[in-house]
Amino acid sequence: MLVSYEWLKQYVDIEDLSAEEVAEKLTRSGVEVDFIHDMNKGVTGVVVGHILTCEQHPDADKLSLCTVDIGEEETVQIVCGANNVAEGQYVPVAKVGAVLPGNFKIKKSKLRGETSHGMICSLKELGFEAKVTPKEFADGIYVFPSVIEPGSDAIEYMRLYDKVMELDLTPNRADCLSMLGVAYEMAAILGRDVNLIDESVVRGEEQASDYVSVNVKDDATDACPYYGATMIQNVKIAPSPTWLQTYLMASGVRPVNNVVDVTNFVLIEYGQPLHAFDFNRFGSNEVLVRKAGEGETIVTLDGETRTLSTDHLVITNGQQPVALAGVMGGADSEVQDDTTSILLEAAYFDAPTVRRASRDLGIRSDSSVRFEKGVDPKRVPAAADRAARLIAELAGGTVLQGPVAYDELNVEPKPLDISLQAINRSLGTDLDEDTVEAIFKNLQFAFKGDENGWTVYIPTRRQDIMIEADIIEEVARLYGYDQIPTTLPDVSSTTGGLSVAQSVKRAAKQYLETVGVAEAVTYSLTSPAVDDTFDTVAKGENEARAQVAMPMSEDRSTLRTTVLPHLLEAVRYNRNRQLHNVALYEMSSVFTGESASPSKQPTETRSLAGVFTGLWHENSWQREKKPVDFFVVKGIFEGMIQEMGLTERVTYTAGRHKGMHPGRTATVYLDGENIGYIGQVHPQVEKEWGLKQVYAFECNLSLLIDAASNSEPVRYIPIPRYPAIQRDVALVVDENTTALELKEAIYARSSNLLKDVSLFDVYEGENLAEGKKSLAFSLVYRDPEKTLTDDEVKQEHEQIIAGLETDLGATLRTE
Amino acid sequence: MLDRLGELKNEALAKVNDASTVKDLKDVRVSYLGKKGPITEVLRGMGQLSEEERPKVGQKANEVREEITTKLEEKEQHLEAVALEEKLQAESIDVTLPGRPVPRGNRHPLSSVIETVEDVFSGMGFSVAEGPEVETDYYNFEALNLPKEHPARDMQDTFFLTKELLLRTQTSPVQVRTMQNNEAKEPIKIVCPGKVYRRDEDDATHSHQFMQIEGLVVDRNIRMSDLKGVLETFVKSYFGPDRNIRLRPSFFPFTEPSAEVDISCAMCGGDGCRTCKHTGWIEVLGAGIVHPNVLEMGGYDPNEFSGFAFGMGVERLAMLKYGIDDIRHFYTNDVRFLNQFDRA
Repeated sequence: MLVSYEWLKQYVDIEDLSAEEVAEKLTRSGVEVDFIHDMNKGVTGVVVGHILTCEQHPDADKLSLCTVDIGEEETVQIVCGANNVAEGQYVPVAKVGAVLPGNFKIKKSKLRGETSHGMICSLKELGFEAKVTPKEFADGIYVFPSVIEPGSDAIEYMRLYDKVMELDLTPNRADCLSMLGVAYEMAAILGRDVNLIDESVVRGEEQASDYVSVNVKDDATDACPYYGATMIQNVKIAPSPTWLQTYLMASGVRPVNNVVDVTNFVLIEYGQPLHAFDFNRFGSNEVLVRKAGEGETIVTLDGETRTLSTDHLVITNGQQPVALAGVMGGADSEVQDDTTSILLEAAYFDAPTVRRASRDLGIRSDSSVRFEKGVDPKRVPAAADRAARLIAELAGGTVLQGPVAYDELNVEPKPLDISLQAINRSLGTDLDEDTVEAIFKNLQFAFKGDENGWTVYIPTRRQDIMIEADIIEEVARLYGYDQIPTTLPDVSSTTGGLSVAQSVKRAAKQYLETVGVAEAVTYSLTSPAVDDTFDTVAKGENEARAQVAMPMSEDRSTLRTTVLPHLLEAVRYNRNRQLHNVALYEMSSVFTGESASPSKQPTETRSLAGVFTGLWHENSWQREKKPVDFFVVKGIFEGMIQEMGLTERVTYTAGRHKGMHPGRTATVYLDGENIGYIGQVHPQVEKEWGLKQVYAFECNLSLLIDAASNSEPVRYIPIPRYPAIQRDVALVVDENTTALELKEAIYARSSNLLKDVSLFDVYEGENLAEGKKSLAFSLVYRDPEKTLTDDEVKQEHEQIIAGLETDLGATLRTE
Repeated sequence: MLDRLGELKNEALAKVNDASTVKDLKDVRVSYLGKKGPITEVLRGMGQLSEEERPKVGQKANEVREEITTKLEEKEQHLEAVALEEKLQAESIDVTLPGRPVPRGNRHPLSSVIETVEDVFSGMGFSVAEGPEVETDYYNFEALNLPKEHPARDMQDTFFLTKELLLRTQTSPVQVRTMQNNEAKEPIKIVCPGKVYRRDEDDATHSHQFMQIEGLVVDRNIRMSDLKGVLETFVKSYFGPDRNIRLRPSFFPFTEPSAEVDISCAMCGGDGCRTCKHTGWIEVLGAGIVHPNVLEMGGYDPNEFSGFAFGMGVERLAMLKYGIDDIRHFYTNDVRFLNQFDRA
C-alpha cells in the first residue's frame, strides 16, 4: 500500500508532522513504513505553459516549433519533438535554468537552426514511472486537462512535493489498505479526529430500479451478502483533472478516464473495490450474481479468456458473466470513451471465494487483494455514494434514485468484554481505567463500562479484532510497548539445561573438533541419483525416500537418506579451489520410509558422517607428510566411541557398502547391530566426483547417543598393587586371518591373568611363506593378589600360543 | 721452610688462576699436591727441624695444601660450568621455527550460535526441546492458529510432501508438541533450535534451508513484561551489556499481542548508520504472548495459563555477530570460511 502524505492530510490533521515523522509513528505502532518515496526526483523550474502556436520545424520532420506563454512578459519559442504537441495545450514547461531528474539542466539551445528556450516535458521527464502514466501520454508530453494560468508553478500543481509512504502491512491490518484506515490509525496515535468525507449525492428523479434488478442466487448468498447497483446516466467520459491523476499516480495506479479513475480513487480512499459497467453494453436489465458453471468462460479486462469452475463467483447479466466477482471486470461491458450510462457496482464478496478465484486463475488485482483480506462491510454502500458523487462532479452525469441492492450484510459492531485486570495481568502493567478509556476513545471504539469492566464495540473496519487478546494488543501498542515494564517470569522452578543425550552430542562434537575435524552443515534436500551414492545408516526395512510434491528443481526433490553425498560435494567444492586437505563432519537428520499414508511422517534418524582427504598432518620444514588413510579415520572414530563410553560395545568387521571400497571398508556394530561404516570411498565414485583418496564414515548417531546416554557411569577401579609382566609374541597366520580374530582367540585361550593385548606389528612379505602374514602382539599379565613369577607367566604364555596353533594354525615367527 | 711453603702456595695459586682447562688443573694438582710434589717434599724434610718448629711447619703445610685444594675445586667447578655452557650453546635451535602443528577442527558458526543461545537460556532455567523436520500440516499451521484458508499462510511458501506432510517452515511446531506431551501440564520453559525450510531461491539473503531458535514459556501468570525481561537478559548476554531492545507491534498468527524486537545497532551505538539503515535499530526476532487458541490446542486452559514465545533466525544472529554478508557461505562449507571460527 502506497500512502500519499498529501492525500492523507485530507483526513487527519498532520500539518505539524513531516512525512518522516508520520512514518516513524506508524511504524512504532505496528503499521510498518518500509520506505518513503519522494515524488520530486530533483525537479525545479517547471511551470505551466500555454501553447499559442505550433508549427512544423522548417528543417526537421519530427520537430515542432511552439510559441509558448509561460506567464512572462514575452512568449518563448520552444522546439518540441513530441508527436502529441498541439496548439492550445496547457503543458509543463521546463524553463531555461530548470533542472530535471538526473540533474539534467535545461539550457537555451539550438535545434536544427531554431532556438529553443526550454523544454515541454513528458511525465517520464518529470520523474513519473512509466507503469503509472496514462497511456495517451506514454510516448509524448503531458497535457493538463484544464485551463491553468500560464506561469503557475507546475511542481505545485502536480504535487511533485508529495512524499509517499510504502507500507509493509502484516496480514491482520487489512484496514490499512485504505487512506481512511491509515487516517484512523494516525488519529488513534495522535488522539485526533478523522475528518468526515462528503458522501452526499444529489439524485435525479428516476428510480434506478426502473432500469435494473439485482438478484443473488441462493447458492451464492454466502459469497455475496451484499450487491448494490448505482445507476448514473448521461456521463461524459474524459480525462480526470490533474489533482485526481496525480493522487492515483502517487499511489501507483495508472489514470484511465474520469469514471474509472473515480472507482480507483475510492478503492484507495475507502478500501472498497468498485466496478463501473457501461450499462449500454451490459446486455440486459438484470444483475444476477451466481456461481460459475464448470468450464464457463469470460474474457476479462486484460483480454484474457478465463475458464472458470463452480468454485468461482461471477456477476452475470442473467445469461453471460460480465465480471469475475471481486477480481476483475469483463471486457465486453468495459467503460469506453463513448460510454454514457454507468452501472456502478459496490459489493461485498467474502474473502475465501475471492482468494480461491485469484489463486486458481493467477490474477492479483487491487480489488482481489482487498477482498481476500476482508473489506469493511459498513463502507460498501458509503463508497458507492462517494464514487457516485465524484462521478457526477467530474463526468457530469445524473445519479438515479437508489441504489438497487441485495442486502443481507451484518454491519453491527461486534461487542467484546474486557476487564482492567485482564489487561494488566497480561501486560504486567498497572494501567488505570482512564488510561484505557482514553485509548478506546482514540481508537474511536465505542464502549460502556461497569464494575466488571467494559463492553467494547469493535467497529466493522477492524475485522482483525476478534478476542480479548486483540483488544489487549490495541491497548498495549497505543500505550506504547516501550512503556511496558521489564520483569522476569516467576516460574515455579525449572532446572533447565541440556539432557544427557544433548550433552553426549555436544561432547562428540567437541571431541571431533579437538582432533582436527571441522563441522559442516549441508542441505537436506537432494536428488534421488545423488542420494543413491551411499547406503543409509537409518534402521528399518522401508528405506524408500520421501519426495517433495512440487520440487523447485530435481536437485532438491528428495529428502536425503544419507549425509555423505553432500559432504563429498563440499570436498569437491574445496578441491576446485585448490583446497586439498579437508576433514569435515556433519550431524544431521536423514529421512527414510516413503509415506505409507499421506499423513505418516518419514522416520528421522540423526546421522553422523565424516569425510577426510589430502594430508592429515603436514610439517613442511621438517619434511613430514602424513596423508589420510583408513586408520587415521578409524582412529578418530574409535576416539569418539571412547568419548561416548562405548569402546567395549562397538566392533568392526570387513564389510561391503554401496559407494565404498570393497576391500577397505569396515562395518561398524553397536552391540552386534550394524550402525554404519568406515572406509575409503569407492574409486569409481571418486572418479565420477572428480576426487582422489577420500575416506569417510557414516553412522547412526541416534543409536550411539541412546547407547551412550544409558551406558554405565564411570566407576573408579583401584590401581594395581602388583607389577605387570609383558611378553611379546609374533604369530604367523593365514593372510585372511584378521587382527580381531587373533585377538579374540588370545583372550579365549587365556586365564584371568591376561590383562591386555595390543597389536604392535604387522608384516607380510620376505621370509614368510606365500599366503601368510605375521602379527605381533604385546601381552600383559598381572595377578591382582601377588607378584607373578616368571614360571607362572611362562606357563600361561605358552598355553596361549599352543591354543592359537590349534585354533587358527598360528605358529611362532622364528626368523 | 715456612717461607718456602709460602712461595709454593703463591706459585700454585697463580697456576690455578691461569688454568683454562680441567686438564691444566689436574696438572697443577699433580705437580703441587702429588706424592712427588714440592709440598710433600717439604714435609719429608721436616725431620731436620727442631721440636718447636716442626708443628708450625706441619700446620702451615696443611693450610697451604687445603687452600690450594679449595681453589682447585672452585676453579674446576667454574671450568665445568663454562664447558657445559659451551656444549649447550652448540645445541641451540631456532625457537622461532613453527611448532609441530596439531590438527584442529572447529564448530560451524551456526552451531556456535545455537549453543551459545542454548547456554544463555539454560542459565535462565530453560531446557532444549527438539522436533521433527518433516511435520504435519496440523502442527506446522493449524495448531498454531493458521487454519487452511488463513491469509497469513501466504507469508510462507512451503515444501509439501503430501497434502498433509511438509518440511516445517518454522520451529514453532515444537511448541505445540511440547505442550501436548506435557501431560501433567506443568510449567514449560524451552528453547527449540532446528532446521526449517521455505520455497525461496537461494541468494545472498535467502536460503531454502535455514535455522531458527524458538522459545516458549508457559505457566500461570506469565506477562508481556516477563517477555521483555527475558529478551533483554538474552540480548545483553548474547550481544553485550550495552545493547538495548525495542519492541514494535507486529503480527504473528500464534501470538497476540505480537512484537518485532529490535536491538540497538552495535556499529553506531544507536545513532544511525548503514548497517541499521540509519534507524539505530536492527530487527532480530519476533515474539509475543501465546495466542489462546494455541494454548488450547496444546492442552493448556487459556483461562488458567498464559505464556510467551519468541523466535529468531540463527543465520541472522550469526551474520550480525560475525559480520557475514552472504547467507550462502553457511552452506558451501569452504574450509577458508569454516576455519575462521576457530575461537571461543
